[in-house]
Order: sequence, then structure tokens, then C-alpha cells
Amino acid sequence: MKYFHLVWSALFRRKTRTILTLVSIIAAFLLFGLLDSVRVAFTAGNNVAGAGRLVVTSRMSMQQALPESLGARIANVPGVSSVAYANWFAGVYQDPKNQVFSFAVSPDYLDLYPEIVLPADQRAAWDRTRTGAIVGAALARRFGWKIGDKIPLQSTIWPSKSSGNNTWTFDITGIFHARDKKDAGNEQTLMFHWKYFDENNQFGSGEVHWYVVKVADPAHADSVASAIDALSANSDHETRTQTEQAFQASFIKQLINIGFVVAAIMGAVFFTLLLLTGNTMMQAVRERTSELAVLKTIGFSGRAVLAMVLSEGVLMLLFGGLIGLGLVAVIVPGMAAASGGMVPIHGVAGQTWALGIGLMVVIGLIVGLVPAWRAMRLNIVDALSGR
Amino acid sequence: MKRFLINFGLVVLAVVALAVWVRLPWFGALILAVLFALWMALTRSGRQAASVTKVGIGTLRDRLGSSLVIVIGIAGVVGVLVALLAMGEGLQATLNSGGRNDTAIVLRGGAVSESQSVLVRDDVDVIEQAAGVARDASGKPMASAELVVAANLRLRNSQDEAAAQLRGVDDGAWALRPDLKIVEGRKFRPGMRELVVGEAAHRQFAGLDVGKDIKLGTQVWKVVGMFQSDGAWNSELWADRQTVASAYRRGNSAESVLVKLTGPSAFAQFKAMLAADPRLKVEASTTRDYFAKQSEGLSKIIRVVGLTVGIIMAIGALFGALNCMFAAVASRAREIATLRAIGFRGTPVVVSVMLETMLLALVGGVLGALIVWLIFNGYHASTLSGFTQLMFQFKVGPDLIWTGLKWALAIGFVGGLFPAVRAARLPVTTALREL
Repeated sequence: MKYFHLVWSALFRRKTRTILTLVSIIAAFLLFGLLDSVRVAFTAGNNVAGAGRLVVTSRMSMQQALPESLGARIANVPGVSSVAYANWFAGVYQDPKNQVFSFAVSPDYLDLYPEIVLPADQRAAWDRTRTGAIVGAALARRFGWKIGDKIPLQSTIWPSKSSGNNTWTFDITGIFHARDKKDAGNEQTLMFHWKYFDENNQFGSGEVHWYVVKVADPAHADSVASAIDALSANSDHETRTQTEQAFQASFIKQLINIGFVVAAIMGAVFFTLLLLTGNTMMQAVRERTSELAVLKTIGFSGRAVLAMVLSEGVLMLLFGGLIGLGLVAVIVPGMAAASGGMVPIHGVAGQTWALGIGLMVVIGLIVGLVPAWRAMRLNIVDALSGR
Repeated sequence: MKRFLINFGLVVLAVVALAVWVRLPWFGALILAVLFALWMALTRSGRQAASVTKVGIGTLRDRLGSSLVIVIGIAGVVGVLVALLAMGEGLQATLNSGGRNDTAIVLRGGAVSESQSVLVRDDVDVIEQAAGVARDASGKPMASAELVVAANLRLRNSQDEAAAQLRGVDDGAWALRPDLKIVEGRKFRPGMRELVVGEAAHRQFAGLDVGKDIKLGTQVWKVVGMFQSDGAWNSELWADRQTVASAYRRGNSAESVLVKLTGPSAFAQFKAMLAADPRLKVEASTTRDYFAKQSEGLSKIIRVVGLTVGIIMAIGALFGALNCMFAAVASRAREIATLRAIGFRGTPVVVSVMLETMLLALVGGVLGALIVWLIFNGYHASTLSGFTQLMFQFKVGPDLIWTGLKWALAIGFVGGLFPAVRAARLPVTTALREL
């Protein structure tokens, strides 16, 4: 640490070169931060709050409906503490482009989602209103909805009996928030009563797209899941029961293998960065040969010189990399806001910082290694005489 | 102050040049190259530039490390950019290739995709009898009412399951998709639980070999054939519509009706007739429009992501190139000063440094595009379309390679411009005196 100023002044010996290299490093880590944040957002899922919840869908496919009567039988399975259910609604508002993530839910659905916060009076008002709907805060902001508004939604699937076409009318009786800022993606949804949906849709009734099951002890989730699937085995509506995380993960995995794409891009980026900064370090050390020789002459050991050149490399990477990741931390909230919460990134995750700093140190050591080795083995006499 | 103005002017010049360059088609670039070659061959300063460039390129070997940095940095940018754009292009090509002007798809009003639509038996009859629908030799309307459901299947070489699209079709479906060919086995027989699978679906999912039985839900189906198509159908399993409807408890309904029109001009009449019919609440679009709309959102996202990543990487590579060229100019300071002292003007020096950078950039661009073409052209990928898997191939076409090379040359241009100007403005006397 006491030689820090020496390393620092060596780093900025040639300002232009160092600044140009730093910009490259900043760009690389900016990209790394952005891509890794996306990866984290898509792979993390809604971890803790989702523990102990199972999702029951039809084995044939997620779109296939299950009978509502199944709910009572699931509730009787030992280890199940409560059951709720929901249907896809697939609503759009005004224009087919304005998709609203909406579904019809059973009365106790919210009780299974403690991460969704709805004030008690609004909850009571919702329970009283047959056509009531509650919307997430982000969604309400997006379309300027307020409590008391009557809004028409077009369902892309279900025709309504009361209007004779696909338009359904809802009374907004509540606006809910996510308990944790990280789950702000949840604030994009609209929920309304399953009973209203069931009575008012022109196709069949008594059907449910998925059940959400709360298990008493998350450790026994697997055995409860098989017990639930056993209820409908060999019937014409076999079910598949998964933990909520597994359910979401399989969805994301099918969307695209994000891990692979990110890894491929970052591989190309860091390989290039390695070459670029490595080249800069070689130049920098070559230029300073005589200075390093002087250092050794006045008593610095070979190891001390090695350590100084290595720390110069690491310092450069840390300096540029931290600025890059810092930029990501500034940009990302803006990006998330601009997309109306559709991009589920909210700041740079701890694991991204950790991975990033790890990469900075490793790359810094690698690019410093060869020049540092040379500096250590430097022969004072040869170096000073310019041979 | 003067120096600031000059630098500012250079930045403006670089921006203007880039703006023009972005819009330039390939033959525009060719004309520029020819003009440049003529200038080099015919004018005095051009010949000077050529000889200075020759010297510069001759010394490249001594600067192998930094030259490689430029080449590989730019290869990385071009590679990643072209790969991402190829993904978007491949997806779009797959979705669009099913689109034609002389076939139309009819969905229930308001439905954006097939799985959101429902048509009852009566609707189907009315639609098939509408004016503008072509008829086959026996006088039957060329139409197919279809139904898609998702079927969970195990992925090949994996324990995971994913959803495949199972399409129930009528007899007419084959004639409506002329690009679709049976490559193995035969078509399914109506009323039987038989499947014909798309080639891409066969590659993606386990157990879809011709002749095998496969369990969908609780029922066993027999795979009797395999077909090949460039479009999204390649990812699907096909079976008889009535059989699918009964297996998936859809009664007698369909989701869409695909019809062959008597010609592209018949569409307006067909659409108007359906709209005017009080019994129907449906919307017709040509399959070309329909598929284009389906692919719009996703390929746009991929394009935006690709360009964003490309721009950030390009900035990184640009500064790398600047760094290397500044170093190169510094190491050749004496040589350049000597040239100036014996009477070479500034222009040849500027041109030679820029030319050298752009050549390195071009090599990098070609390298990056080549690698991506070798690895990714035809690379099989899949994504989720609605609820089901859609398989597509990356497409590295000449257009994309040209885009990649354009980026490479642009980085080379800017990366060479500033070092080149510094080289030309080097004070001759101090440079000669320097060690």
C-alpha cells in the first residue's frame, strides 16, 4: 500500500494511452454489467416469497383447462395448507399493442401472495364489487387509471355475455404494490374475480387454468406435488405439479437460452479486452525499462517490482471496470423506468458486482503477468545501458 | 485554442462521414474505392501516399502485437453484431416464409394469434363458401379449418419437457402450403391417431421418429411421417383436426380457417364479404400480413439488442484501435519526420496512416464475419412463440456480412483519423531530434 502513489503515477505516465485503454475497459464492463443484470433478472425468479408454493397445470399443456372441482380434492391432500386458482384472460386495452397481463383469480388468491400489498379497505371494496378489479401500481401509472375508474378491456380469448363481444368492463377498486422493489414486475398485472369471469364468459364454465397450492412445509413440496398429480392420474385431465420456481424457470428456459448468449458475447468481449490491455501493459513496461532498472538499483527487490507491475494492471482494470459497473447502476433504473417495469432489472445485483470485480482482478493479473515477469528478471546493467 | 478547433473539426468530420457511410449502399462504396484507387494511381500526391503506405505496411510485422489488437478487436465487434442480427433475421425468415399473398387466414375478431381464436362449425362453413375462395378440380373449396394445441414433450437429450405445437388440419391443408413436402413416411389418415412431424420438431423433441408411438397426455399417437418446410410449420406436429379436437376436448370447433384465394386481387372481395356477413365476427388477413405481424415484435427486440451490444463493443474496439495507432505513429515519428523533411506533404502521410488502419480493420471484419458464418450459418435455435417452441436457423447472408464490414471500416476510419492527423502535424525538427 505504501507504494500506491508510485503505481498510480506509473499508470498515468502517458495520460492519452491510459485514458484510451480505460475507455475500452469501461465499455467492456458496461456491457458485462448490462448483460449480467439481464441474466440475473431472468434466472433468479422471485426466490424467497415463492418458496412453498406449487403450481398445478394440465399435463397436456399450460393452455389446457382443469375442472374447478379439482380444487376441493387438492385441498384435502395432506400437507396442503391452502389452494387458489386462476385463469388466463389475455386482455388488451384500447389497442392490440397494449397488452395487459391480466387474469381471473379465486377470492383467496391474494392470501397466497404476501408479496403483493393491497390496503385492507381496498381489499374489502374489491371483495364487495362483482366486476371489481385490482391493478398493479406500475400498470395503473402506464394507463393513468385511478380507483373508481370504469375501464373496458378487450379479451383476445373470451367473449363476454353481457356485452355480446370481447369487451369486458371492470371497476377498479384497488391498486396494489409489490412489498419488495425487486418484484416490481408484479405491478404490471390486473386481477379480477374468477366468479365474474366464469358467469360472464360465453364458452364453458367451471374451468380453471392453474391452481396455486401453498404447502404447510416447503421441505415436503415434492411429496405433496406427487400426491396432487396422483389425484388425476389416468383421468382425462392429468395434472403436472411443480414448484413455482421450476415453473418459471422452465418458461424462461424455453424463451431463449440467455445464459448461453450472454456467455458467448462476454467471451468475445473479454478475449478482446485481454489482448488490448495486455498490449498496453507491454508497451508501458517496455517504455519504462530504464526507470525500473533505477528502482532496482536503489534497492527494490525483484519481487517488489513484480508486485508493482501486477498491481498496476489490476488497478487499471479495477479503475475502468468499476466506472463501467457504476455506469450500469446509473443507467439501469432509467431503462427499467422507460420500459414501464417491463424490463425486470432494478439495479446491479450483488452477484454481478462480485463476478465483475473477480473478473477485473483476474484479467488485471493476466495482463500484468508477462510484463511483470520481465520487470522482475530485468538485468540492471543491461537495462541502464539500453541494451 | 487552435488545437481545440482542429480537434473539434475532426470530430465533426468523423460524425458526418459516419452518417454518410451508414446510408451508403454497396455500389456506393465500390465507386468510392475506385475513385480512391484512381487518385492513388494518377496523381502525384496519390503516388506519394501509395509509397508511404507501402512503407507503413512493411513495418507492420514489427508491430505485430498492436496490429493484432486492432484486427481481433474489430473481429469481435463484427462477429457479435453479425451473430445477433443473424438470429433476428433467421427468426423473421422462418416466420415470414409461410406468408403468401394468395392465401388468407381467418380468425375470430380481436384475436391476435391462432390460439386466441375460436370458430364454430357454422362459421367455418360460411367462410369456406365465401366469394374469392379458389376451388379444386372437383369443385370443393380449397380451405382448411385448423386447430392448434400445445403438447408437452420431452426434449431430445434432456430430461426437460417443452411444449410443441400440435396442429389439427383438414385434408386441404397440404395444398395450401405448396412449399411443404413429405420427406419420410406418409400423411396421416383422417380419424386415426396419427401424427406427421416437422423436421425441426423431430430434431428438437425425443421420440418423434417415424414408425414410433408417442404419448401425448394420456393418449398414444403413432408417428407416420415427417415433412419439411421453411416456415414455422417445420416446428409443428400435424394430425387430423377432428381427432385432435376430440383428444383435447375442443368439441367441433376450430381456431382458424386458411383459404386459397383465386388470386391476390381476390382478397379485398373476400375480406369485404366476411365483414359484411352478419353471422360472422371474424377478421381475415393475407398470410403474408399475418406472419409479418407475428414476427415483428420479437425480431425488433433482437435487432435493438444486437445494435446496442454492437455499439458498446464498437466503442471499446475504437478506443483500442486509437491507442494502437497512436503508438504506431509515435514509434514511426522519426521516419515520418524524415519523409516530411525530404518534401512529402501532409496529405500522403494522413492517407497512409488511415489506409493502414482501415486495412487492418477490414481484415478484422472479414475474419469476424467468416468465423460467424462458419459457426452460426444454419445454427439451430429455438424460442418460445406464444406457448410453444418455435425452431429457426441463424441466417448469415451477404447483407449482414456487408453490414459487419461497414462497421469494421467505420471503426477503422475513426480509429485512424486522429492518429493520422497527429502524424501529419508532427513538428519535423523536434521529431527528428527525438531519440
